[in-house]
Amino acid sequence: MKTASTFRELEPEGARVRVRFSGQDLMLREGGNLAAELLAAGVTPFRRTPVSGAPRAPFCMMGACFDCLVEIDGVTRQACMCEVGAGMEIAMPAAGRDGDA
Amino acid sequence: MREADLVILGAGPAGMAAARTAAEAGLAVVLLDEQPRAGGQIYRDVERAGESRAAILGADYLKGAELVRDLPHPNIRHLTGATAWQVEEGRRVAFTLDGEAELLEGRRLLIATGALERPMPIPGWTLPGVITAGAAQILLKQSGIVCEGAVLAGCGPLLYLVAAQMCRAGTPPLALVETQTFSDGLAALRHIGGALRGWRALAKGLGLLAELRRAGVRRYTAASELAVDGASRAQALRFTAGGRTHCIDCSTVLLHHGVVPNTQVARSIGVPHRWDDAQRAFLPERDLWGRAAGLETVFIAGDGGGIGGAGAAALSGRLAALAIACDLGRLSPGERDRAARPLQAALSRELAVRPFLDRAYPPFAGALLPGDDTLVCRCEEVTAGDIRRYASIGCLGPNQTKAFGRVGMGPCQGRYCGLTVTELLADANGRTQDETGYYRIRPPLKPVTLGELAALAASQSKETTE
Repeated sequence: MKTASTFRELEPEGARVRVRFSGQDLMLREGGNLAAELLAAGVTPFRRTPVSGAPRAPFCMMGACFDCLVEIDGVTRQACMCEVGAGMEIAMPAAGRDGDA
Repeated sequence: MREADLVILGAGPAGMAAARTAAEAGLAVVLLDEQPRAGGQIYRDVERAGESRAAILGADYLKGAELVRDLPHPNIRHLTGATAWQVEEGRRVAFTLDGEAELLEGRRLLIATGALERPMPIPGWTLPGVITAGAAQILLKQSGIVCEGAVLAGCGPLLYLVAAQMCRAGTPPLALVETQTFSDGLAALRHIGGALRGWRALAKGLGLLAELRRAGVRRYTAASELAVDGASRAQALRFTAGGRTHCIDCSTVLLHHGVVPNTQVARSIGVPHRWDDAQRAFLPERDLWGRAAGLETVFIAGDGGGIGGAGAAALSGRLAALAIACDLGRLSPGERDRAARPLQAALSRELAVRPFLDRAYPPFAGALLPGDDTLVCRCEEVTAGDIRRYASIGCLGPNQTKAFGRVGMGPCQGRYCGLTVTELLADANGRTQDETGYYRIRPPLKPVTLGELAALAASQSKETTE
């Protein structure tokens, strides 16, 4: 889902590439931190919890909390540990199978 | 399998400084880090961000650029984007790089994995739009992204720095809601001697506060009963201060009440830890060089060994590297000690301000022992009330909570609930934090896919047949 973002880019210039999040086209800065770029694009939530279905979005931005988990080209990843690449297909992990260790 | 004299986990100030010192002593160093560029969290992307955002981020951040510039050395291999997920026998590291698992063996291992934000469980802290103050810093440093309509809540000097940076970036926070009280400030005065020895840090803090006053940022202190309101995302921060209930509409809440050592790797290999009342966290046991108790080949430097900040981290990294170079015969004990002396003096100056800061900004009591309805384990959605209930039916330690309710068994592996679970059980059972203990941390420390593992098996069998 995409709403007006509360995360603003100070330097919005730079090459952008198309990625898809939950079926929606987004133009993100190429090579940028994926979680940060999705936040700036207004994406929220990133996922829903497997236990109660509660909405979640990035919390720590350093690979520790796992709240920014998304499915990239079919593999569950921490968005904050990925870089934006052209043509990425990103989906919310389906509840109940989001990389639970 | 790759081999090295020294394997370092983490390219923050401690890891970078240690790598350089060890390399200059002639050791072959491999530096593993998860990020695409060196810097760690405190100096995240400092070389790129420093050029365009120096005025916002300030001089202390730019200091990190020196460490990054010093990193290239023929004896240092810096593997970026490398996620370590297992350490064996204190020297063999399994990690994933470019979608393939690999093994790396070092004669010595230095754990420089830094700090994590102290978990701050308050009602609503799992809502989208609630992030740590550290996360806001990372967004700004790495991506040049600022949070609009934000409230900062908690305590500690980092909040002042983040707030000041937000003002400089043209997006001042709506308010700064601080939990420390007037009596915390009074109690801290007992440590003013140390604070004056570390006067630079103190002066910086006062400068930041003056900057916030000039910018007209609203400040509340001695705040309690903090809660984030919202259904699908953060909409307001509620709290009590000065005998009144306040509610500030906002779209982002930045939480922070200190940082704690990231002990996942050290715990996974059995380094003993003890509770530290001043830092209110578990610290790994080690000697003055950073060598882990009972593990000859393992060293720990930087905030992962105890919170001291970036300056102290770099110094402790250098000290560990000297000891390792001596271990491996590259320096005599005399050379090691001579090189260490000025570093030890500088480290003591860096740490002088800590007792004052620890006492002036104690963790928010309401988040150390949250109310029954507050989620403690974000991954498995277990509340403080659940933990207390487990205690009432005989649960004594964090490992048992896993059996009771999967606490700490989600993907974050206890990183954001572990300390809270220890505190809740210790309180409910009337036992100390040391008696209560902590989660047993087991590999993989980070998720690894079967495909990544299969690549490891393929490369191993190739080595055997060759």
